[in-house]
Formats: sequence, structure tokens, C-alpha cells
Amino acid sequence: MDILLIPVLLPAVAATVYAVAGWRGPTRWLGVASAAGILACGIVVATDGPREALGGWLRADALSAFMLVVIGAVALVATAAGPSWLRAEIAAGRATARTAARHSLLVQAFLAAMASAVLAANLGALWVAIEATTIVTAFLVGQRRTRASVEAAWKYVVICSTGIALALLGVILLNFAAAHAPTPTGLGLAELAAAAPGLDGGVTRVAVALLIVGFGTKAGLAPLHAWLPDAHSQAPAPVSALMSGVLLSVAGYAVLRVKVIADAALGVGFARALLLVVALASLLLAASLVLAQRDYKRMLAYSSIEHMGLLALGAAIGSPLALTAALLHVLGHGLVKSVLFLGAGRVLQVTGTSLISGVRGLAASAPVLAGTFGFGVLALIGLPPFSLFASELGIARAGFAAGLGWPTSAALLLTLVVAGALLAHTSRMLLGSPPQGPGTATAPRRLPGAVPLVGGLLACAVLGVASLPLQHLLDAAAATLGHTP
Amino acid sequence: MTDTGYTQLLDLACGAFLLSGVLVLARRGLAGVIRVFTAQGVALAALTIVIAVHERSAEWGVAAVGIVALRAVALPMMLRRALADQRDAEARPLVNIPASLLAAAALTLLAYVASQPLVHLAPSTATHAIPIGVAMVLIGLFALTTRRRAVSQVVGFLVVDNGITAVGVLTLASVPLVVELGIALDVLFAVLVLQILATRMREAFGDTDLDELRELRD
Repeated sequence: MDILLIPVLLPAVAATVYAVAGWRGPTRWLGVASAAGILACGIVVATDGPREALGGWLRADALSAFMLVVIGAVALVATAAGPSWLRAEIAAGRATARTAARHSLLVQAFLAAMASAVLAANLGALWVAIEATTIVTAFLVGQRRTRASVEAAWKYVVICSTGIALALLGVILLNFAAAHAPTPTGLGLAELAAAAPGLDGGVTRVAVALLIVGFGTKAGLAPLHAWLPDAHSQAPAPVSALMSGVLLSVAGYAVLRVKVIADAALGVGFARALLLVVALASLLLAASLVLAQRDYKRMLAYSSIEHMGLLALGAAIGSPLALTAALLHVLGHGLVKSVLFLGAGRVLQVTGTSLISGVRGLAASAPVLAGTFGFGVLALIGLPPFSLFASELGIARAGFAAGLGWPTSAALLLTLVVAGALLAHTSRMLLGSPPQGPGTATAPRRLPGAVPLVGGLLACAVLGVASLPLQHLLDAAAATLGHTP
Repeated sequence: MTDTGYTQLLDLACGAFLLSGVLVLARRGLAGVIRVFTAQGVALAALTIVIAVHERSAEWGVAAVGIVALRAVALPMMLRRALADQRDAEARPLVNIPASLLAAAALTLLAYVASQPLVHLAPSTATHAIPIGVAMVLIGLFALTTRRRAVSQVVGFLVVDNGITAVGVLTLASVPLVVELGIALDVLFAVLVLQILATRMREAFGDTDLDELRELRD
């Protein structure tokens, strides 16, 4: 069997096992095994070089391999923290063995859909896989069946499906343009990129705009971002971790693939201008809404919009430095944000509230949890030694070098605003004396399932200090995106 | 089929398609909206058959069968089931009906202007009708944003999807069958998910008026 089938089949098999055997003893760790398998396949494909499978429907170049590594690494953190999270939910009576089995099944289906998205060799198949992620995660978002979670799930499906429908119109128009190119082609990503210089400018412009807005919706970029804070705050912690950590960047990956075609067909300016507007709008939105945020899960969600804005900025700049930095940012942000959402899920389990004002003195009452959350936020705002420092610095340097000084400065300023707000909100949660009196939950001093959280943070710190083992892969992945001066 | 016959039949199907889309905005009762949506599915299938016959293409014939099965049978059936216990429910639009119709006219004009590059790429009878598909996408988006009922939002989403399919058919550029099947399945499942969520919403809120969605905001 070809190795490219493994990242898709492994989670599919795991999902089937959950459907048949349910959530019990040995199956609990199956999800972790499948995540580790995806990571291993990513590493193997990265060292082996480009390959195809399934009659050319699956294709992996360095960028796909890198995205597999991101999916595998973040999924490893999220699924490893899953069992202890689910155990606590079952103990609190918010879940049963049946809902745990359904949760694990859908999470595995989610991983399979994301793996197919980054391996799809055809723009149409990529679209189908990304829309499939919306469908399998809809019930994960609405898992708790409360008013708020059903509302979040509804908005999520309606806004994402509509946004992604715009991308479908873009796919169809690009197909139309490709059929009338001097050498007619289909929707294969590699063929489209090769035939791009001959595509009709007028049609391609409309198609690219629709594709960037459409896939941008799923990536949580403005203007169709409204689903993100609701879905991320209502989804169960391991799902928020996966959605924020990888789903957004898988959609961002689709935008990067579209940009290659757009640059070859229309020149650098068109996609760059579009992405710059989208990036700055997302950053501005995140900065203004994170400032007065009262809910810590929503605070993390707006921070995800900010980081996707930075990714869009890196893509807009488009130089090799900007692209490697943006890709490193995807991995670093994925690891840190999944740790933070898992930590936030734990805080919610311990304190019973998702309001920032409801959490006080966490450092005293639950030191390990407070430590991972605190270091996570420090990593998120881009302090060394974590890799987000290196990647944000890289994007900024590339921006100034490319003559995009104004947008880059504006983005840095907005990033600083978000960082300040995050620090202020988090210190209010962690510091001070814990609330006393009857009715306040006494948190356990130990943190069950701390290993994946600490592991995720350590991985991000190691990446920041020594990204050398990844450097080759990052360079190769950036090279597949083409170099724009 | 003679060329004039082809042009007339194509224009007839496109006219029926556009008219049914506008009627989605004009109907007050939700049951009526679903009937109009079914008619739109039939018009879209008819459009595809006209093209299949003219191009003598079995592939487009298969596509027409798929469109009938999905858009004129399966999806309307699911919508009717979602509406099961509120047969006489009304759409209660945020924008009243006369204003909605004016907006539809304006959106159609906008679609004609915006689709000029698409028509210019390969002028033919079919591609001259592409603006109608684009107009339907815009009208669907308008319905989606100005209707408060869960079912009417789903219909709005499906009208957008019908419009996209119409553009796909009228460009005469076929998409690989695997992709086409994937797209159809995604739409089907999205509507299934929305139908289940609407049921849960009725359980949680006692209504599917989306004005009740006020829990989450900043």
C-alpha cells in the first residue's frame, strides 16, 4: 500500500473501530496512535520527496508533507489530552461512554478529512475535503446540546458552508478559464500552476477573489470570520484545539495553493493586495475585540484570527523568508494554541465558568495548570525562546525587505495591542488570591493529563531555539510556493 | 435540434430558473417557498438536458439525472421534513417583500455587469446565460441574510448552490465525476446536518426563529 494512503486510512480505520467497539479500555488510546501515524507519514514523505498515489488523485510535495507534520503534531497533543478530558467530563456527568465514543469517532473523521485536504492533487477534491471538515465537526461543536452550543453549531455550518460555496464558484470559474487556456487543462493543482500564465485574466481575477474569500472564511479571516469565536468557545476543548491549531491552517494552505496560481496568471500584485486587506482587517478586528473580552475561550479564539492574519500577511509578502516564517508560524501557533485551548478546557472543568472575571488566583490553587496556561500565553504573544518569536520576526523582516513597510508596521502595532490585552487578561486569571468561601470548587493540585500540554510547549520552545532539522523541509515547502520578488 | 430551437429552449429554462429564484423571495409561506425551490431544481435539470442534447453528451445527461435526484427530490424532501410540524409557518423576512423584489432586480443587474469577463472568454448561447447563475448566487445570499427562519436560511443557501451549479453547467466545462459526486454529497450532508440542528434548536429554544439566537455575542 502506498504511504500516502496511510494518513487518510489510519484515522478512518480508527473511526470505524470507535463506531464498532465504543469508548472502552484499549480503544481510548487509539486516537493517539492514529495521530502519531499521521506525524510519522509526514516525516517519511518529507524526507523521501514528492510522490503520487491513487491514480494521481493524491499528491504530496514538500508543502503537503509539512502540513501532514503540522496535522500530526497538533493532533498528537489534542488526542493525547483527550482521554483525561473525557474522563473528567464523564465524572462530571456531562458526557457518557456513548457520547465519548461518538466524539472520538468524529475527531478521527475530522483528521481523515484534513489529511485528504492537504494531500488532494486536484483543486476540486481539495474543496470537497475542506467542506467535509465542516460537516464532521458540526456535531462536535454542538456536542453539549445547550442553547449556546446549538447556536454556535448553526452559525458555524451556515457561515462556513456559504463561504466555502463562494470558493466552489471560484473553482468552477477557474475550471472554465483552464478549459479555454491555450493548452486546456483540468483542475489538477500542478497542471493549473503550470498553465496559469495562459489563463484569461478577467475570469481568473474573479475566480481568485472568490477562492481567497471562500477559503479565507474557513481560515477565520475577515470578513466572514463571525463563526469562529462562537464555534471555538462552544466546542469541547480537544476539538477547539484541533480547529484552531490545524483546521484554520489547512484552509490557509488552500489559500497558499490558490496564490501560486494567481501569481503566475495575474502577476504578484492582485493576490498580494487582496491578502493584505484581508490580513489587516483580521488583525484590526482581533485587536479591537480581544481588548474588552470577558470570556477566556473567546479571547483565545480572537487570538487565532490575529495569527491567521499574520499568516495571510506572510503569504502576501511572498518572499522565501516570509513563506518559511509563515509556515513555521503555522506549526508553532498550532502547538501553542492547542495547548492553550486544552488548558482552557481544564480551567473550565475546574472553575465551572468561562468568564475571565470568574477565575482568580489560579497560580495558587492549580499551579501546574496555571503554569502551562501562563507559559502558553507568553509563547503566543511571541516571546523567546518559543518559535513564534522567530516566525513573527521573520515575517516582519521580510515585510520591510519587500518594501511593505506600512502594512507591516500596522500589523506589528496591532499584534502588540493583542499581546498587551492577552497579558492583562491572563494575569488577572492567574495571579491574586483564589476566591474563598463555600461553593468554590477546590481544584486538585495535580493536573491529570499534563504531559501532552507540557510536551506541546516544549516542542514549540525547541523549534524556536533550533528549527534546523525543519529548516530543509521549510525551505523546500516555501520553494513549492514559488518565489515572488 | 435546430440552433434557434436550442436558443429558445435554453432561454426558456434560464427564464424559469431566474423566475423561481425571485419567487423564493416573494413567497410568504414556508411551504410555498419549498415548492418554488423544487421548481427551481426542475428548471436547472431542464437546462442541463437542453445542453446535453445540444452537445450530444452522455456526461451532461448523467449530470441532469443527478440534479433531478438531488435538487428536485432529495433536498426538497428533507426541507419538508424539517418543516414537518409547522406547515403554516411564515417566512417573516427582515426586509419586506416589495423591497426584496427590488433588491433582486438590482442584484440581477449587478450580476450582468460583474459577469462580463465570463461571457467574453468564450461567447456562445450558453455562456451568455452565465449572468443568470451569478444573479441566483447573489439572490440566494440576499435571502440567506434577510430571512429569520431556519428553513428559509437553508433554502437561501441552496439557492446559492443552485446558482453555482447553473454557472458550472453554462460554462460547458465539465468537472471530473469524482469531484462532482463529492460536491453533491457535501451539499446533501450539509443540509442533513442543518436539518438535525434545526430540530435540536426547536428542542432548546422552542422555535426556529433565528432571532432567538442571542446567546453568543461580544
